[in-house]
Amino acid sequence: MSGPLTMDELAAVIAHDIPAGSFVNLGIGHPTKVADHLPPENGVVLHTENGMLGMGPTATGAAVDPDLTNAGKVPVTELPGAAYFDHASSFAMMRGGHLDFCVLGAYQVSAGGDLANWHTGAAGDIPAVGGAMDLAIGAKSVFVMMSLFTRGGTPKLVPRCTYPLTGVGCVSRVYTDLAVFDITPDGPRIDRTFGVSAAELAQRLVFPGLAG
Amino acid sequence: MSKTQFPDSALEAVADTPDGATVLVGGFGLAGMPAELIDALIEQGARDLTIVCNNAGNGETGLAALLQAGRVRKVICSFPRQSDSYVFDELYRAGKVELELVPQGNLAERMRAAGAGIGAFYCPTGVGTPLAEGKETRVIGGRSYLLEYPLHGDVALISAFRADQLGNLVYRKTARNFGPVMATAARTVIAQVTEVVPTGSLDPEAVVTPRIYVDRVVRVAPRDSGGTR
Repeated sequence: MSGPLTMDELAAVIAHDIPAGSFVNLGIGHPTKVADHLPPENGVVLHTENGMLGMGPTATGAAVDPDLTNAGKVPVTELPGAAYFDHASSFAMMRGGHLDFCVLGAYQVSAGGDLANWHTGAAGDIPAVGGAMDLAIGAKSVFVMMSLFTRGGTPKLVPRCTYPLTGVGCVSRVYTDLAVFDITPDGPRIDRTFGVSAAELAQRLVFPGLAG
Repeated sequence: MSKTQFPDSALEAVADTPDGATVLVGGFGLAGMPAELIDALIEQGARDLTIVCNNAGNGETGLAALLQAGRVRKVICSFPRQSDSYVFDELYRAGKVELELVPQGNLAERMRAAGAGIGAFYCPTGVGTPLAEGKETRVIGGRSYLLEYPLHGDVALISAFRADQLGNLVYRKTARNFGPVMATAARTVIAQVTEVVPTGSLDPEAVVTPRIYVDRVVRVAPRDSGGTR
């Protein structure tokens, strides 16, 4: 596939990699786009932290119901077979390892799979953690969806996170606009690239032994 | 625990809230937010409050209005920063309100523990992060956990959909969120509902919050946009 990918194209790549029948949480922001690319016949079940399994697409027009929103407070719909539950149950489901995948955005991911996505640590920045820390350690597999470089060109896949951590060693795969990385016990491994060679990427990222 | 009361107004329902109270406030964003009870608390006048809520207010209504009125000493929440949380943001930056930031699942579980008589619990959320600072860490079965304590309220203000005449509650869709767990965790639990139905007309298999937890129920008008309030 040619690249770099747009976030929407990347969402389609992630959706394709999620096995049929999985229970999945898509956090907030960009990862929620993954839902638009999940074929309904796959039977992937979406969990939202505010207490629902079987979440449907974004609600529009007369379908908007203030009592039915996703984790980003966006109005959504329910699918046949949906279930509602309270917050303690919702996070027990998450923390208890019952969700197969979650997809989260990130400021940084480290070579060892540490995740930083809740706080820039900047003075005057108001911290807000929401369900990020619970999700990071709860789902069986944690996928990150992010651009590989900041607008200024700094890598977001780093030897060690400089931003405050959300979870330690919790990320299993990193989906970026330029490549997909598996986080292995030996560090990140390039799974596939988009419009750039593995050698070029290795040059721009500073990991010893980064290879495809 | 005495019988559930049905005061005539939200103001009457919150009338005995003391200064310095810890108030659990339901809702996730606006879904399940007990707007009328919060407005009543503003009118009632209790000060120096500690508010436990997932968010820290939107715009200039509800919790934001309570904050703006200078009545909140401390906010315990998971996600204060939102696009329209400017009232909280300003007070926080000016050092006029204290913030205890708690991961969302811990917020819920700490209240669950309070309501269930649990003394404390070990939880893996937040291990190795700045929110672990000052907390006891313990390795159990090869995994690290943090010691977390229950979170009790003096008062809980929640929004449900329907009550029966005894105070059993059901909720509506994702507006359920923190309501059921907060209903177990406070000494005085006050629910606003849009309907009170005859006893016997709620399916006992579907009651979410049994009446034993509910002290007061106030009926409020459904909001124009539909939904619970």
